[in-house]
Amino acid sequence: MIQSISILAGRNKTGRTEKFERIDIHCGEIIGIVGPTGSGKSALIEDIEQLAQRDTTTNRQILLNGRIPDPDLRYDPKKKLIAQLSQNMNFLADMSVEEFLKLHAKCRGKNPNLVDQVIEAANALTGEPIRKDMNLTILSGGQSRSLMVADVAFISDSPIVLIDEIENAGIKKHEALKLLSGNGKIILVVTHDPILALMTKRRIIMKTGGVEKVIATTENEMELSVHLNRIDQELLQIREKVRHGQEITSSFFNAETLSPEFAE
Amino acid sequence: MKVIIVAGTPGAGKTAVLLHTLKVLADEKRNVSAVKVDCLYTEDHLRFQNIGIPTLMGLSRDMCPDHYTIYNLGEMIDFANSNQSETLIVETAGLCHRCAPYTENCLGVCVIDATTGPNTPLKVGPFLSTANVVVITKGDVISQAEREIFRERILEMNPNCRIIEANGLTGKGSIELASCFDEAQTFSYEQEELRHNAPFSICTLCVGETRIHSQHHRGVLRHINGLQEYIGE
Ligand SMILES: Nc1nc2c(ncn2[C@@H]2O[C@H](COP(=O)(O)OP(=O)(O)OP(=O)(O)O)[C@@H](O)[C@H]2O)c(=O)[nH]1
Ligand SMILES: Nc1ncnc2c1ncn2[C@@H]1O[C@H](COP(=O)(O)OP(=O)(O)O)[C@@H](O)[C@H]1O
Ligand SMILES: [Mg+2]
Ligand SMILES: [Mg+2]
Ligand SMILES: [Zn+2]
Ligand SMILES: [Zn+2]
Repeated sequence: MIQSISILAGRNKTGRTEKFERIDIHCGEIIGIVGPTGSGKSALIEDIEQLAQRDTTTNRQILLNGRIPDPDLRYDPKKKLIAQLSQNMNFLADMSVEEFLKLHAKCRGKNPNLVDQVIEAANALTGEPIRKDMNLTILSGGQSRSLMVADVAFISDSPIVLIDEIENAGIKKHEALKLLSGNGKIILVVTHDPILALMTKRRIIMKTGGVEKVIATTENEMELSVHLNRIDQELLQIREKVRHGQEITSSFFNAETLSPEFAE
Repeated sequence: MKVIIVAGTPGAGKTAVLLHTLKVLADEKRNVSAVKVDCLYTEDHLRFQNIGIPTLMGLSRDMCPDHYTIYNLGEMIDFANSNQSETLIVETAGLCHRCAPYTENCLGVCVIDATTGPNTPLKVGPFLSTANVVVITKGDVISQAEREIFRERILEMNPNCRIIEANGLTGKGSIELASCFDEAQTFSYEQEELRHNAPFSICTLCVGETRIHSQHHRGVLRHINGLQEYIGE
């Protein structure tokens, strides 16, 4: 079982040692990673994905339960403890959704009957239903992302989940994060999206390839996140109506979901 | 001398990954020479030279690029020796899916692009199945699920290879690849043998025949129904 992962400091892009010694993340925790483009967010996620042992460009070391992980854990997908979702990822394989999920279940040593469950979960995150006979390559951005989220939740089903900027995908973010963060998982989420960033307990601030500092989310910020999420849900609904050629009758501010300071 | 032979389909990311790996080797103060072999055109030798690596370039033109590499290995080794290099890296074209350019004691590195789809490992032939190290590139643009399927397919074709997931843009995997170079055996040009036999099916089209009617067919031929036969003297 994974109780914790630890990040031991490496070097930033200028070769300076990072400003922390060690960051420990415990099971059940959701951590954000924020910073401008090029600040090293993806590189940090990659270090964790590879369980870096001072053998990547950043010179960081990753520990599991306070110890150096078994090398097998780095390479064998059946033993892999880490699932990853990223913004650039697309489905390119020319096969049906069903065929693909079955193949992946086989690689991960999982039951191929999970397929229906995965598709159902994916369809709860997107406005455009996915069918199992659809070809992977025709899925829209939102459908692909939803399917990846559901695949990670049920087939990859790993105790550590890394999410790299999935925000602008047109899926229900809160629900996606909830689905991914099942019991006791460790989640690291790279994001520019205030809804996701403020949902986390702590966030790591990146600068020029290194960790600059780690800050804890305040009560105030958590409340704000809930409000922002309602606005986001509203947007998603309006978006679906527009897509289906409907007229939008209710105005955004009639929704009564907004707190007075936002509704002005 | 250690000889590293790197093969992979056009645009797979061979040069991009090697440039990062050569920087790692330069940081370790290793003296390395490089050779780029392609069929018709390349500028890769300039990319290697730009980062200070002495590099030779050769075009195989109408010869199988793998065979061309083998026939010119002696000169490549002389070139590396003249630069006092202890390691020679050869980037080849990998277009001939019947041949593989690796010799018994070189380190055979196959670079394969993960975006080409999960059936690619089944298609590319001996340069994958006889490699020591398989470098998967462009995993950054496909889902983790697809990466895992790709990896399984590679292991089906070459169960004992070492797989490195690399990224030619960020340099991911380059430190691991550089450490594999150390494990290469010592190469001796006089005693070295090819790892994978040259293709058995050679026909008269290979040597200039242009008439297509079946009465002119000569050589070791394979029919569309799967039968193979020899026609000739
Ligand atoms: N997204 C992504 N692009 C990559 C990666 N590796 C290489 N590329 C890009 O792929 C293209 C081809 O890379 P090269 O290194 O020139 O490929 P090559 O195998 O040396 O090609 P030839 O020598 O011409 O056969 C370039 O535009 C690279 O930037 C990778 O890991 N991810
Ligand atoms: N500590 C570091 N040392 C050297 N290079 C780094 C470091 N951190 C990041 N990089 C490089 O900087 C570039 C941008 O980093 P990336 O992680 O993609 O940024 P972001 O995801 O924040 O946009 C990448 O090529 C990456 O490999
Ligand atoms: Mg990034
Ligand atoms: Mg090249
Ligand atoms: Zn050939
Ligand atoms: Zn022929």
